[in-house]
Amino acid sequence: MANITRSPWLLHYDGSSCNGCDIEVLACLTPVYDAERLGVMNTGDPMQADILLVTGGINSQNQDTVKQLYDQMPRPKVVVAVGVCACTGGVFKDCYNILGGADTTIPVDVYVPGCAARPQAIMDGIIKAVGIFQQRSNEYKAQVKEKKKAAKKGAQN
Amino acid sequence: MSKWILVICYILLAPFIGGLLEGIDRKISAKMQRRVGPPLLQPFYDVIKLFNKETINVATAQTFLILTYFILMVLTGVMFWAGSDMLMCFFILSTAATFLYFAAVVTSSPYSSIGAQRELIQMMAYEPAVLLTCVGFYLAAGSFNVGDIAQTSVSYLVYLPGCFVAFVFILTIKMRKSPFDTSTSHHMHQELVKGLTTEMGSKNLALFQVTEWYENVFLLGVIGLFVVNTNPISILAAVLVILAVYFLEILIDNSSARMKWQDMLKITWILTFFSAGVNLVVLMIMK
Repeated sequence: MANITRSPWLLHYDGSSCNGCDIEVLACLTPVYDAERLGVMNTGDPMQADILLVTGGINSQNQDTVKQLYDQMPRPKVVVAVGVCACTGGVFKDCYNILGGADTTIPVDVYVPGCAARPQAIMDGIIKAVGIFQQRSNEYKAQVKEKKKAAKKGAQN
Repeated sequence: MSKWILVICYILLAPFIGGLLEGIDRKISAKMQRRVGPPLLQPFYDVIKLFNKETINVATAQTFLILTYFILMVLTGVMFWAGSDMLMCFFILSTAATFLYFAAVVTSSPYSSIGAQRELIQMMAYEPAVLLTCVGFYLAAGSFNVGDIAQTSVSYLVYLPGCFVAFVFILTIKMRKSPFDTSTSHHMHQELVKGLTTEMGSKNLALFQVTEWYENVFLLGVIGLFVVNTNPISILAAVLVILAVYFLEILIDNSSARMKWQDMLKITWILTFFSAGVNLVVLMIMK
């Protein structure tokens, strides 16, 4: 029951994409694909999210927003780049305002290619991200334990 | 003695019953939308995950305020199951809701603040029906004590059908179900992000969730009070009525769009007046 991977909550951010990938992300939540059976919830609130789903490339205007959203998410957290624009910048790569994929701004864990990425691929990406989420969670727990130990030692000294 | 067993059962079992009911809710909702839906124990997975996440506090007072909300809510249920004064139960319930309001506004986030203001309007909408129900029980039983009220040979549903309708109606508001979920917007991506709970993360949100479970079990207990009498079989009937009411709430949730708060206030007060109010007048004339 203490399995943390059973409840990944998503935060979906749309960068400068053509909205094709956004529609496919929403398709994942419809009855046909029903991502909720994996415990996925689309929260829209960074404070409650575990996985940040970025679609579309990063430009000079939305870079700060993406960074802020990532910083507002509590650890453990995972980032998934959905669609070729979020992975590398895609067809917009050489535009004057585009900086590139999501990894130009925040550390990306899973890349889901495609233009637009198919719902099956997105679900697969989320499942991969859930695996990483468990790993992060274990690391985070170990860190917290170490911190507590150090604090205790500090108190004794 | 038996009442203390009930109280201990409430404290220990209410979160499990509440969580399980929410799991059933999500499963039935999914089936209504022709989806597979999450596993039955999904609410527990969610809460356990939230307890394991990093705590980010926007305002340090928030944890204290939510903890007070939690304790007062448990106290409400304890008083109810211990068979003490029903009016007092609902006063403490209102106090608990006020602490939730403070927990939301203390962050000064616009979404959270608007959600909190809507929560106050919701309280205004449901409070008359709650008070009239208490008065109805007093008129029918001659006492405000839940313990005395439960000692009856005839179910109160016979005397208080109007109060029952009003109470089931406001249950939709209390359970944050769809036409009246203005303060939290529990379905994905809506106007206020997460309303009241926008600035609650990890442990605070988990505690909020568990408190909601306690509250739901308490409110469904009040529904049960309409049905129980001295005959032991009536307890079974009460459970069936509770499940039917819960199913009705899920049905309403899935088949209605959100209302504006003005409409919510109007409809709730009109219904309370005509159903619970008329019921009380009739009861006064007859007694």
